[in-house]
Amino acid sequence: MPTIKTRPITLAQEIPISKTLKFWDGLKEGKVYGTKCLKCGKLYFPPAADCGNCSSSEVEWVELSNEAEIETYTYIVVRPSSFQNYKPYTVAIGRLKEGVRVLAWLTGLKLSEIKTGIKVKLIAKVNQDGTPTYEFVPF
Amino acid sequence: MYEESAFDMRKVAIIGVGNSKFGVRNDVNVTELAFEAVKPSLEDAGVAAKEIEFMALGTVGAGAWYEEPLPAVVVAEYCGLTGAGLARCEAACASGSAAFLMAYSGVASGQMDIAAAVGLEKMREVDTPTAVELIGRGGYYLWEFHNFGLTFPGYYALHATAHMAKYGTTEEDLAMVAVKNHKNATMNPIAHLRNKITVDDVLSSMVIASPLKLYDCCPLTDGASSIILASEEKAKELKVDTPIWVAGIGYSSGSANLSKRPSYSSLEASVIAGQMAYKTAGVTPDQVDVAEVHDCFTIAEILAYEDLGFCKKGEGPKLVREGQTEIGGKIPVNADGGLKAKGHPIGATGCSMIYELTKQLREEAVERGRQVPMKNYVALAHNVGGTGHYCYVTILKR
Repeated sequence: MPTIKTRPITLAQEIPISKTLKFWDGLKEGKVYGTKCLKCGKLYFPPAADCGNCSSSEVEWVELSNEAEIETYTYIVVRPSSFQNYKPYTVAIGRLKEGVRVLAWLTGLKLSEIKTGIKVKLIAKVNQDGTPTYEFVPF
Repeated sequence: MYEESAFDMRKVAIIGVGNSKFGVRNDVNVTELAFEAVKPSLEDAGVAAKEIEFMALGTVGAGAWYEEPLPAVVVAEYCGLTGAGLARCEAACASGSAAFLMAYSGVASGQMDIAAAVGLEKMREVDTPTAVELIGRGGYYLWEFHNFGLTFPGYYALHATAHMAKYGTTEEDLAMVAVKNHKNATMNPIAHLRNKITVDDVLSSMVIASPLKLYDCCPLTDGASSIILASEEKAKELKVDTPIWVAGIGYSSGSANLSKRPSYSSLEASVIAGQMAYKTAGVTPDQVDVAEVHDCFTIAEILAYEDLGFCKKGEGPKLVREGQTEIGGKIPVNADGGLKAKGHPIGATGCSMIYELTKQLREEAVERGRQVPMKNYVALAHNVGGTGHYCYVTILKR
């Protein structure tokens, strides 16, 4: 079918991280932080500078435990355009003993070794391209 | 307050429906595609474009997978609706239902007498990896996509893994949903995928996001759908033969982060929206004659059976295995082929569900073999946006 091509644009938004800087810096130091509301006590992961539960903005940073139980997972074969240079990867959701859940890549295990209910370790790390991130890995 | 004000609302009728051919529509641009739905809906209603007081347009990819950033104005101009009130509604894959609620509310409140809800999507002007990228970003870009590259099949695959672990659901059970919906689509000329498939075809198709395979997933589809709504008085004035009444609409939402959901074997937003719709319409799940449910992936249809009360939790696979959701079964689901095979032009889907149910309730023009037998003349549309991020359930009666 005949078509005309639109004028191309490249979008790369700059996301402010001033209010969650301790989290991003923490990853570089090998720590995964959540936040806890000082008013109502609700624990947040991902971290939140404001509490949606009681509307308070007084929160404290808490380092999270590193043991997680896998609740569900998927092995992503067909990847988005910005992940074309990666090999297929496993995304999992793990529950920490504090009750919050974390969604992250699960690495270091074969797909056949991954089951719901297995215990894995949550680690902070810096990718080769310098991006701070966090991952589940075997104990 | 909600209960009281609900009694003051006017009755609202669906008086006209139209739907474009779904598929890869590189033969038309976005406004031409909308015209294919708007024109027949106006003709069906017996009204002129100028009589439409308001158009709510459900669409998602404006300025992203298709080029027009202000789709409501370009569609209105092309279809002769300029001058009507306009708004674009976004509720991800439930945008069409959000537009329908907006148009319904306008008429029900007395603000307007005739309104249009139009759903529209043009997804095939970009390549597949770009579409996978743009859709995968919603969810929560910062916490789920930026570092982890989750895709839409991936989000639902997380639910499939959990449902299989909890209830013993199998990949064959999921495949049976695809087989049923493809079978229905073979009888629907507007459907995108009209090929009959087998369980083995599904199981041997390539893995997209485990455990979901190619045939567990809906296609990327272009399409448009248009619904004309009017007050009871206006419907009488227009001498509408078979008005279809909006009996109840329920809605809810789920957390943006999947990690904050109470469960992965159910969509809580569907449960709540369903209960609200049943209560408002005064019907129970067993009174529903025909349902359109949000089967963007096969697991999503199983979740919908359970969340909407068509069966008990964990018994969704049994329902499809027993053929209860086939045409002629206890509760026929997605008689038009569903998102899975009719196709899923994201913003159009909600309106297209209403299009199908209106045709079914009128017992007209549905192709031979696709007409569902009516007992109570009650139909239900269940439309999910994101992975249970948004949910709308709409109940119609004749």
